[in-house]
Amino acid sequence: MLILTRKIDAQIRTAGEDGYPNECCGALFGEADGDTRTVSEIFPIANARESDEQYHRFVITPEDFMRAELEARRQGLDVVGIYHSHPDHPAEPSEYDREHALPFYSYIIVSVEKGTSENLTSWELSADREKFTREVISWL
Amino acid sequence: MAVTLLVPTALRTFTDGKKELEIAATTVGEAVTALADTYPDIKKHLYEDSGELRSFINIFVGETNIKSTGGLGTAVRDGDTVMLVPAIAGGALTVNN
Ligand SMILES: [Zn+2]
Repeated sequence: MLILTRKIDAQIRTAGEDGYPNECCGALFGEADGDTRTVSEIFPIANARESDEQYHRFVITPEDFMRAELEARRQGLDVVGIYHSHPDHPAEPSEYDREHALPFYSYIIVSVEKGTSENLTSWELSADREKFTREVISWL
Repeated sequence: MAVTLLVPTALRTFTDGKKELEIAATTVGEAVTALADTYPDIKKHLYEDSGELRSFINIFVGETNIKSTGGLGTAVRDGDTVMLVPAIAGGALTVNN
């Protein structure tokens, strides 16, 4: 289960709309307790894909993710997940998303239709990496 | 000679939840081997069947990626911080045209 606030929800939607028509991405900082993750802030990261690919792809450089991990630790928090946007595409993980995902993290996807955010969903990868399962979002 | 190995959240299920470990090592390779020996379940997430480090795992000593300093043979000194960093990517479309 993922625990979110309306403020975090709004911040991710704004990031998706600001990034449109490209995909935005970033890390979710918070705390993990067993299968429950609580997000306390988002950490936006630049999409490092070539600009003509950013409409349907994102990549985070190892250097940027290393800095995100260090910043989370500095704040006494953990990286509990990743968010990204799907411009003009449903808020469901693609096969490409699954191939590049890791178990444990919450993967938030926000769909952005013609510049306006629509659905925000969260997904978890199974331990065998075979499939994504929709994660329940609980609102704080 | 001990380094601090920082474990990302995604790999902590394999380290009994530990965020960091003190490991005696003189190279990055020794530190990672010691980690894998202590927590064997982590191996398949770090190495290919061939024994090479998996391409989606990056390792930093301090803030320097070991890709630029000789890979697993990179020397580490007492007090260094070694960090495992997963590669993160994704996208909307299944087929990459
Ligand atoms: Zn995606």
